[in-house]
Amino acid sequence: MPDTMTPPPSHDPALRVDLQAEMRETQVGEVLAQLDRELVGLAPVKARIRQIAALLLVDRARKRLGLQAETPTLHMSFTGNPGTGKTTVAKRMAEILHRLGYVRRGHLVSVTRDDLVGQYIGHTAPKTKEILKRAMGGVLFIDEAYYLYRPENERDYGQEAIEMLLQVMENQRDDLVVILAGYADRMDKFFRSNPGFRSRIAHHVDFPDYSDGELLVIAEKMLEGQNYRLSEPAKEALAAYIGARRTQPHFANARSIRNALDRARLRQAVRHFEDPGDGLTLDDLMTIEASDILASRVLTQEGRLDPQPTAGDTP
Amino acid sequence: MRVTQGTFSYLPELTDDQIRAQVQYCIDKGYAVNLEFTDDPHPRNTYWEMWGLPMFDTRDAAAVMTELAECRRTYGDRYIRISAFDSTHGWESLRLSFIVNRPADEPGLKLVRQETGGRNIRYTTVPYATEKPEGQRYGVV
Repeated sequence: MPDTMTPPPSHDPALRVDLQAEMRETQVGEVLAQLDRELVGLAPVKARIRQIAALLLVDRARKRLGLQAETPTLHMSFTGNPGTGKTTVAKRMAEILHRLGYVRRGHLVSVTRDDLVGQYIGHTAPKTKEILKRAMGGVLFIDEAYYLYRPENERDYGQEAIEMLLQVMENQRDDLVVILAGYADRMDKFFRSNPGFRSRIAHHVDFPDYSDGELLVIAEKMLEGQNYRLSEPAKEALAAYIGARRTQPHFANARSIRNALDRARLRQAVRHFEDPGDGLTLDDLMTIEASDILASRVLTQEGRLDPQPTAGDTP
Repeated sequence: MRVTQGTFSYLPELTDDQIRAQVQYCIDKGYAVNLEFTDDPHPRNTYWEMWGLPMFDTRDAAAVMTELAECRRTYGDRYIRISAFDSTHGWESLRLSFIVNRPADEPGLKLVRQETGGRNIRYTTVPYATEKPEGQRYGVV
């Protein structure tokens, strides 16, 4: 945190707050650093989260000096394409809010429409209430929140869940922080038809798509976590794969990459299974070769846009 | 007569903050917290009505306090208690139970002495409130 954020010098030492000490005490810097370290790219998101954390830290200091009493609105919306790290960031957000004392437990409850909306009359309210109760003291993450609202069906029970959500978002701000997530354009439409949500959400965070280079770094990190590595030619092949995959439908950023890597591992296993040679070394077991990636349908059928998504590759 | 049942019953009424702290203790211990209400305060009445299901997967006392506020809105004229169920093997029973709401006016319990053979006496306690039908016992309605 830059020094410019400390309050103007005051002569009364009791009216001074040491933001650095506050940072250390809450260990929020540590979470931010972890966010920086573990998440590739996402520069605007990180900047936004840093801003929010700074605001909350300063709010905390202000509160300590008796400047402000009301809990700030913390509900957020995360918009972006699939696989851009919305859930991961939400988890970190829960931790940041917990460290700063804005939520008491700091757990994340991740739900979609199915968890909130019931199948028949009278089913929705208890279901939504159950989820809200579970999320209290933490963060409620609603993925693809726009599905809650179905204007084409006027008897849809989603509206009931929306009303309960809005009520809790307004009245129990101390108990629960709601994060709505989904595609940017559909979220926009959702907010336009539910102005109540827009006004209750303080922070809109937009998640950009990953660049090819970032996806490659992510792939390597993923593999590292599973004790695999790419050989040099495989790395080139994967770079080509990423470029080709992006032009195809149902591209889901990091998720597509994870699925591609899963299939590459499968091919690697089959390769060793078919041709065990004279035993495998540790190196063989760890390395993914170019052939494991080049066999992908994405590359062999390059140029042909396949409207059918590859199995397990749905966005 | 102030009915005393369960834990803390000889203490002054718990404030909401104190209730919240007790509930959070139960949740942190892994107990399922449950709300029950009744208008029959007999000490042997084990059949209190449940307010919803026991809360097995809440992490924070706020959820229980929300339910308690709702229960008080509906049954503020009755006894409401919070109980904490421990499901660990070997316990599988209530670990804590305390009254969090009581009627404004508690007529108390009547002692009935039944004289039986051989100068024996059988004692029975009857809550005055139960002389009226259920739901009309504590003034409101």
